[in-house]
Formats: sequence, structure tokens, C-alpha cells
Amino acid sequence: MRLIKTLYTFCLFATWLNSVSAQVTYQRIANSADEPNNWLTYNGSYMSQRHSLLDQIDKTNIDNLELKWVLQNQVFGAWQSNPIVVDGIMYITERPNSVMAVDALTGRVFWKFEHTPDERARVCCGANNRGVAILNDKLYMGTLDARLIALDRVNGKLLWNAEVGDVGLAYSVTMAPLAVKDKILVGVGGGELGIRGYVAAYDANTGREVWKTFTIPGPGEPNHDSWEGDDWKHGGAPVWITGSYDVSQNLTFWGVGNPGPDWNAGQRPGDNLYSDSVIALDADTGKLEWYFQFTPNDGYDYDAVQVPVLADIEWNGSSKKVMMWANRNGYFYVLDRVSGECLLGKAYVRVNWSSGLDENCRPIPTPQPEGMPTYPGNQGATNWYPPSYSPRTGLFYFSAWEDYATIYFSEEQEYEPGRAFLGGGFSVLAPAPDAPTIGIGRTNPINNWTDEVGHASLKAMNPNTGEEVWEFEQFDVSDSGMLTTASDLLITGGREGYFHVLDARNGALLYYRNLGGQIVMAPVTFMTNGKQYISIISGNSLFTYGLKD
Amino acid sequence: MIYFEPPTQTKRAIFRPCKLLLATLIMLIATNNRAQELGDHQYTSESVQLGLGIYNRECALCHGPQGDLVDNIDLRRGKFRSASSDDDLRDVILEGRAQGRMPAFNLSDEELSGVIAFIRAGFDPDGIAVRIGDPGQGKIIFEGKGECSNCHRVNGIGPRVAPDLSDIGMTRTAANLQLNLLDPAAAILPINRPIRIVTLNEETIVGRRLNEDTYTVQVMDSNERLRSLVKAQLVSYEISDQPSKVATTLNSDEVAHVIAYLLTLTGRGNKL
Repeated sequence: MRLIKTLYTFCLFATWLNSVSAQVTYQRIANSADEPNNWLTYNGSYMSQRHSLLDQIDKTNIDNLELKWVLQNQVFGAWQSNPIVVDGIMYITERPNSVMAVDALTGRVFWKFEHTPDERARVCCGANNRGVAILNDKLYMGTLDARLIALDRVNGKLLWNAEVGDVGLAYSVTMAPLAVKDKILVGVGGGELGIRGYVAAYDANTGREVWKTFTIPGPGEPNHDSWEGDDWKHGGAPVWITGSYDVSQNLTFWGVGNPGPDWNAGQRPGDNLYSDSVIALDADTGKLEWYFQFTPNDGYDYDAVQVPVLADIEWNGSSKKVMMWANRNGYFYVLDRVSGECLLGKAYVRVNWSSGLDENCRPIPTPQPEGMPTYPGNQGATNWYPPSYSPRTGLFYFSAWEDYATIYFSEEQEYEPGRAFLGGGFSVLAPAPDAPTIGIGRTNPINNWTDEVGHASLKAMNPNTGEEVWEFEQFDVSDSGMLTTASDLLITGGREGYFHVLDARNGALLYYRNLGGQIVMAPVTFMTNGKQYISIISGNSLFTYGLKD
Repeated sequence: MIYFEPPTQTKRAIFRPCKLLLATLIMLIATNNRAQELGDHQYTSESVQLGLGIYNRECALCHGPQGDLVDNIDLRRGKFRSASSDDDLRDVILEGRAQGRMPAFNLSDEELSGVIAFIRAGFDPDGIAVRIGDPGQGKIIFEGKGECSNCHRVNGIGPRVAPDLSDIGMTRTAANLQLNLLDPAAAILPINRPIRIVTLNEETIVGRRLNEDTYTVQVMDSNERLRSLVKAQLVSYEISDQPSKVATTLNSDEVAHVIAYLLTLTGRGNKL
């Protein structure tokens, strides 16, 4: 009897131990390179390189790719979510704020959690959600009504629901949170609605706020004088894309969005810090360690919400901790991520809002006459679409929009709580009166505006020179992110609905399939049961590909 | 050639006659149950002006400066998913639609009326005049002297090689139609530019595009066949900057009549 009891206790302990070991600890995320089978964060790792060490799918067998399963979304609208994959389970969000746990091998759903946002929720550009974070046994999702929600990752049940911002004042969260140590970090959206942006950290177990750092300094804080009067109170500077984390420095990096009102820079004189900047925040305290502003006193909506891509690269003969950044304003930057110093800045598309950068990479403004087009246009030369950096090729890959311009006009606007705060408007440069132009997304299968108002160029940049090594042009524009692999594949999509696989070294097209709907996320790859898969969302469906058996 | 689309405050100057014409047309075709809708379209210029500001502030970000950036909706031309009357529009704006993709807006009555007025005015609060003639005479010119029907199809009659104009009155403004007649090279949409393709098996295809992407192009050829071609299999693919038609030689009265006729083409097909 005693033996049976001992065995039973041992079994219980073994089960518990197994459960604990399956937890996604901070150490596992920090060492995500050790487990390339999984895709543990929005961008695959804290460095946000979106580079997988998997190499089973390669150039020699790419033609053997076949569709393994499809997950159909039940909600229409741009599906910008990036899945994470942990030990054979995929976690994916769906509009407006649902989370699903999916068998990564079959696409069948284990459970679905649905949060209905407060009816007062306001966002500028669609009811988007870009994914979850995972830490230990919990999943975390930000919501359109500015909540942060923790779920039991095994059964999808709600554990806590914390307020991040005031939904009545149009704060929202659309990004996937970032889990660091014992905290969950998120930023807020609402740059078109007169918010004052911030990044905040919450206790992963309780949801209690631990720190909060505003992206617009208040009275008495450094750089508050980059605003006049009360402009800072409603100056925007949202943070709506997941940041990166440098374990060695204990610093998180966040791209900050546009100042408000968007198009009337004259209404808010000054540099408007830290709008359109990258900010480096201590992961434990939120203390601002450094910042770099890409577009001072922005009047074009050039959010710097791009993913900070971190890498240690050779720079002038020695290894350097850098951050690579293709900005919405049309310039490509390499920053020293220890000091924030700009090492390199160079235009990668036609730019006419500025004639160049000075020695500190501050742009030299050249505002265009009223009624004349500004390059790049309102959606930017790139935007929030996650880039990739391959340490193997040493190249930085991202989606750019070429030959795309906007004509802006500005007008005085008074702030009203919870209302759009734009200060003007814009029209897209078109080849003929009434010609269709580019919008925020595409659901119509007909492209009847053609590439005369802009098209996509996937660019492979050499960070040491800021020069484009090769490009892959698409007829339509692209809001798709990038994925590279250790087999030198570059995997992406575009609004046309094509799933493209290119040779990351030279841009040669290796494989493409028409999936039929716009691809507005970044593909991920993972391995389960010894086989590598690639998942990509097109339109309202998530497609998972693998090699033929 | 690049047309610099002027910003909204300048562009709006072009389309006022369209509003007047639409009102006229609605009067002509109105049935009893549309009488209420006709009443919907009566607004003061102050209301329309107010609506311009409200639209730019609250609506333009999603719907776009020309009101056509959301699928299946073209606000300037009165194309909505479900709304018909002004009361419908009020409900949509106040309640939101499409599972939150169109959020609810908390507008005052005055603001609400203004933005509806601006939409109903075709985004055109203070335009210049485009003369609109007699639709009946315009139809005769279209099918006769103007030689329009030699290439364009209307309500199932005529060739398909040029764009079908059966709904042109709903999709173009009067100003745009006038520009198409007087200066077609300045008005032609990119998708309508004539193309010439030579395939690997030495077939030459002329026609116009219906759709295009990175790898393929969908074409209606000069024999009215739908062709889908893989670009990698083409020897050449040329897109002309010039339309296949030249500027009209019709006089100004005749142009006004043709515009009037085109504006009656609303895509409803033949009445049975």
C-alpha cells in the first residue's frame, strides 16, 4: 500500500514537473534561439529579427511545399495578427479581441476566448489586434478599449483584466504585448484622437501597474519645452507596435507615433518630443535612457512605429550593438542602441519633405508648396510591417512603398475629448481626376488603380552602407512583414494575396502561390513532430504550409 | 503625365452641377416612394460647408478624401452598403456598423446634418458649372453623330471593347464626364489605357486591362475575349499613355446633351 502511495505521489510530481517545464519562462524567451521549433514572441525573439534557425524547408525542396491546413476567420476585416507557436500550440487573435488556441499540426481549435470591447472604443484605422504575448502559463492581449487581459493558456479562461487607458478618451491597445521578466509591457494607440501616449508595465501575475512612462514629457521633465503651452496634453505620440528588448542592457525599445493634430504642425510648434522617435526604456523602471527623433514637428503622419530590429554587426572593424530602422519618413537609419547615436541615415525612396539629413541625422525640412505632392505619402515609405534581419546574409529586409505621394492641407482644430484630432486632411496623388487611389487596405480583388499611384518594393538593405542590395517589386503595395530562415529563404506577402518565397541572398523568386486575400501580417515558421511549417494569413484565412510527406 | 489631384478644398469646386443634376434626375425618375428621399437632398450651403470640416475630421481617415476607400462604399457618388435615406445615414453614423469597423460617432444634430449634406452634395459645396443639356438629345448624339456607341456598350447594346457605360452616371461626376469628352488623355483612368501584348508564341493581343498583379494581367482583347496572361510568358507588354479615342468634335451644346444622357445611366439595366 505504501508503495502504491509513493508511486502515485511520484506520478503527481512528475506531471506537475512536466507542466512546469512546459511553461514559457522569461529565460526561454530570452534564449529563444535555443528552441527554433517555437515562435515565442510577436517578432520571434526579443531582438525582433524575425529570423528563424529552422532550415528544413530550403531552396532545393521549396517546390514540394503543400498546403497542410486552413483556419477560417469568422470576422471580416484586415487580419493583421501574428501568431505565436509554443510546443505545437498556436495562439492567434481575431478581430476585435478574440484569442484562439489552435493545434499547429491540424489547424483545429482547442478553445476561443472572446472579449467584447466597450462600445465607446475608438480607433483610427480599423478594429485591429496584432497578437498575444506569452509568459509562463498565461497569455496576454491588449484590447481596443484599452484593457490588458490575462488568460490561462491551457483553457483560455480570463484571469485578470486591467485598465491600461481611458476608453472614453479614445485610448486603445492594438499591439501584441511584450513580456519581459515578470512584467507585461504595452503601449497605447490614439494618435489621431488627441491622446497623450505612453508605455506601461504590469505585474504579469496580478495586472497591477508597475511603471508608466509618457512619450510626451510633462512640466518639469526634460524636453517638455519641445512643446508650447498645453499642446503636450493632447499631442498624440502613441505606441502601437510591439517593442524590442536588449537583454544585455536591460533596455526595451519602442517606436513612437505621430504628434497631434496630425497635419497641422504649425498648431504645435517645437520638435514635439518624443513623437516620431525611438525611446529606450529600462525594463524594470521605465526610465528613459535615451531617445532619437526621426521626424521633428512632423506634419505628415510619419509615425515611427516600426519594429526596432536589433543586431550585433561589424561596424568599422569591430562588433557594434545596433538598431536598424527603415522609417515611415523615407529614411533608413542605423543607430547605436547603447547610446542612441545615429550611425547612418539615408533615403531609400523618393523623399521631398526633406532635402537630406544633417550630421546628427536630423532632417533638413523642405515643405512642399500648398497643393503640391509630398513624397512619401501619408501611409509612408513603409509602416508598421515587421522587417527581418538575417545574420547569415547581413541584410535587412522590409516592405517599401515607391512612387507614392500625398497632397496635404492643414487647418486649425480644437481638441475635443475622444474625437478625431487631425488638423487637416490629404488626398493621394492620382494619375487622372477621380482615379482610384491607395487606401489603408484592400479587400476588393480588382486592382483598378494600377501601380501609377504607388507600388511595393521589397528592399534588401546593407546596414553598413544604407544601400539597397536588391529589390523585389510588386504591382500593388504591400503591408506584409518579413520572415527569413537559416536556409536563406525570405518569405513575405502583399495586398495582392501572393505568398512569395525569395532567395534572401539575391532576391530570386523561388516560389509563389495566390492565396487570394491581402496579406497584412508577417509570416511565421515553426516545427512540430520533426517537420517545419510556415503560416501566413491571407484575407480571412490562416494558411499553413509544409513539405509533402 | 501625372495629374495633381488638388486637395479637397480646391477639388470640391468642380462638382456642384452634379448635385443639381442628380436632384433633377431624381425628380425625373422618382416614384412615389422615393419622394421622401428627394426631400433628403435639400440642404443649405452653410450645412454643406460645416459638413466638409466634420467629414475631414471624423470620416476621411477611413473613407478617404474622396469617400471611396472603404469597400463597396463610395460616399461621394451615393453608393452605400445598406443606407438609402438620410435617416439611414444618421443611424449608421450614430450607431456604427459592421461589427465596429464603422464605429459609432457622437455628433450633434447640426454636425450630423452637415456631414450628410456634404455627402449628399457629392463632396462639392461650392463648385463651378458644368452645363447639362437634354438627356434625350444626348442619347441621339451618343448613338449617332458622336459615334460613342461604336465602342461603348450601354444596357446590353453595343461592343464591349471600350468600358461599358451602363452605370457611368453613378460612377463619374459631370465634370469628369466633360473632361473625358474634351480631353480624354487627361481623364483616362490607368486601368483603361490601351495595351498591346506579344506572347511567346508570337500572338499579338490588343485590348484593355481588367485587372493586374505582380505575376499576371487580365485582359479583354479586341475580340471581346477574357484573357489571363502570365507576365513571365510575354515577349512584350506595352501600356499606352494615350486613349484610343480623341477629343470630341461635338460643339458645346452637344457635349452638354451627351453629359446629360450619361448621367441618366445608373446601372439599373433595362426596365421590364
